[in-house]
Amino acid sequence: MENLVTLNRRELLKTTTGLLTGLVVAESPLAMIARGRAWAVDLTALTSSEGAALLAMARTIAPHDKLDDAAYALVVQAMDRDAGKDENARKMVKEGLAALGPGFATNAESDRVAALKKIESSAFFQAMRLKTVQFLYATPMAYAYFGYEGEAFSKGGYLQRGFNDLRWLPEVPLEDSGPMPISS
Amino acid sequence: MARIEDNDRSVVVIIGSGAGGGTLAHELTRRGIKVVLLEAGKRQSTETFSQVPGEAFLQLTWLDARTQSGSWGVKRDFPSLPVWHCKTVGGTTVHWTASAPRLRPWELRGKSTYGNIAGASLIDWPVSYEELERYYEIAERRLGVTRRNGVPGLPASNNFKVMYAGAKKLGYKQVHTGHMAINSRAFDGRGACIQQGFCVQGCKMGAKWSTLYTEIPRAEATGNLDLRIESTATKIEHGADGRVNAVAYRDSQGKEQRQKARLVCVAGNAVETVRLLLLSASSRFPQGLGNSNGQVGRNYCHQITGFVWGIFDKPVFSWRGATLAGVVEDEVINEPSRGFAGGYRMELVTLDLPTFPLVGLPYGWGRDFASVMESYRNIAGMFINGEDLPRADNRITLNSNVKDAYGLPVANVHVDEHSNDQAMRRHAQEQMSKLYDAIGAKRVVLGPTPPATHNMCTARMSSDPRDGVTNAWGQVHDIKNLFISDGSALCTPGAANPTLTIVALTLRQADYISQQMKARSI
Repeated sequence: MENLVTLNRRELLKTTTGLLTGLVVAESPLAMIARGRAWAVDLTALTSSEGAALLAMARTIAPHDKLDDAAYALVVQAMDRDAGKDENARKMVKEGLAALGPGFATNAESDRVAALKKIESSAFFQAMRLKTVQFLYATPMAYAYFGYEGEAFSKGGYLQRGFNDLRWLPEVPLEDSGPMPISS
Repeated sequence: MARIEDNDRSVVVIIGSGAGGGTLAHELTRRGIKVVLLEAGKRQSTETFSQVPGEAFLQLTWLDARTQSGSWGVKRDFPSLPVWHCKTVGGTTVHWTASAPRLRPWELRGKSTYGNIAGASLIDWPVSYEELERYYEIAERRLGVTRRNGVPGLPASNNFKVMYAGAKKLGYKQVHTGHMAINSRAFDGRGACIQQGFCVQGCKMGAKWSTLYTEIPRAEATGNLDLRIESTATKIEHGADGRVNAVAYRDSQGKEQRQKARLVCVAGNAVETVRLLLLSASSRFPQGLGNSNGQVGRNYCHQITGFVWGIFDKPVFSWRGATLAGVVEDEVINEPSRGFAGGYRMELVTLDLPTFPLVGLPYGWGRDFASVMESYRNIAGMFINGEDLPRADNRITLNSNVKDAYGLPVANVHVDEHSNDQAMRRHAQEQMSKLYDAIGAKRVVLGPTPPATHNMCTARMSSDPRDGVTNAWGQVHDIKNLFISDGSALCTPGAANPTLTIVALTLRQADYISQQMKARSI
């Protein structure tokens, strides 16, 4: 959860043009790993309403209803970082969002899908799609949400932790597989 | 480790430290030959391998710019990454998934077996299977390949149980956990596989063979190896006699260095090997080294690949376990009644959660895309690995419009698929879909062709010097003290993942080089 900044008013006034905030949904996977209930992501190149529109866009591209906004906010933060580093990227996002119109973030999903279909081949949409899949599924919230267990070396691998625990199909005969290695 | 003088003319310079270069370095140094090994990347270790997939990708991958053209799907789906190999000590043996099958005898006779196919530039290998077989045996013992020489197979993972059950329903007979260069039990000072599933991120267990922690340290222990990391070769130079005599390279500070050489062996993976030969053009060799016949860079092969995902209503947890430990080999046949020449393997595959939507499903969005992702726990995976046909115009060239950090033109990768390639892919996707359907898949999703990881044939061996770049030992037809020591030298790709063949050819080349050096022929 290191990417989710804690609110610091003075820092925000100094550096932030926009801010995304939210509350962790109780009993969501995030609730188990988050430090507190509130989360906030500061934006340096984009405004709060642009951030909210990008968040709605990420949710339309990869709609996982029970996945917290906080995970999607990290996608927005990554877009904001690019926009802060590169004037062309900033322009692309601002113009792209302006073209989607002010109501985009609050529109119904079917309207958001229709709006995005129209810009599907644009560099802006493609950049946002890529950023969404790059960042969303790499978050600890997504790992928890999808039940993905991640690296296992530190826990001795999956050898004793379920790599062969599937029981709804027959076992493979030994001649076509192999023995468990002798544990040392 | 030795420190060799830059002006020492007696040494062999090897460029690249992967399956070819790393193995060759060990084979030559253990025979007392001094070797300077230039590696463009840094040196990682089992301790430093990142276990964050995105970080590991950045840590190991060759990310310097390339361009691409042609009609293959990689251009659409992965525009900035036509090929996916490593830039690190150990080369692509650090991220490979360790599938180590042999080519079949008939696969070494592509032209004779398949006949004249329009639009293809097939040749037969100048090496017989019987000749190669001796070296396959040595290579398999060296790598500890499973299900060979009495080495047990790997145990079956969940993902493999799905593949196995479906394959048996379809009547396939040759289905097993594969010939893997992964320890199924402790071997060669390395432990057994603990089924982490992070093969591509670098095996922290060291259970998977990689030159990084086998051949290279052994070469260093001889006292005859000078390994120079972060050293990018930019030009192979030659003398008035037309023989190569030095390699210019940039060191970690970007400063130009020059190492004299008696012999140069290029093993930079098929794209960079070609780029270096072309960048080394001179007034005597205006088309680049070894390229008097214009063959350097042509006939690029990458094998027919692609993902097939089966979605079930019960969990598979495919990420638990060795990434590629499972294979169906029944389709490795040449059976023209299927509608195409050549064969293919069905190989087990899984992708970690962050990589899955990037590489396994790199298109689509919205509810349908999300519903596939929501099934992640219940997804089983397979991968096609089939023979693509060489084509003269599928080639690596220099693109002068895009320059690297040193102002040198980058490589362009051009691929137009042959109709044979497309027919094979369709057949494979259909069979693999049937396999999952046979055991009740809710849905089968066809993934893309990922960036090419098996890069081959761009400086191929040929008995007729007009057809290729080197003779049967990887010795360049035009320049007898210049060798190709990686997958570029393969004549045709066959349906076997190429590493074992690269190692076998390298072991054979090492015998040849040391004999020729002793005889003072080179």
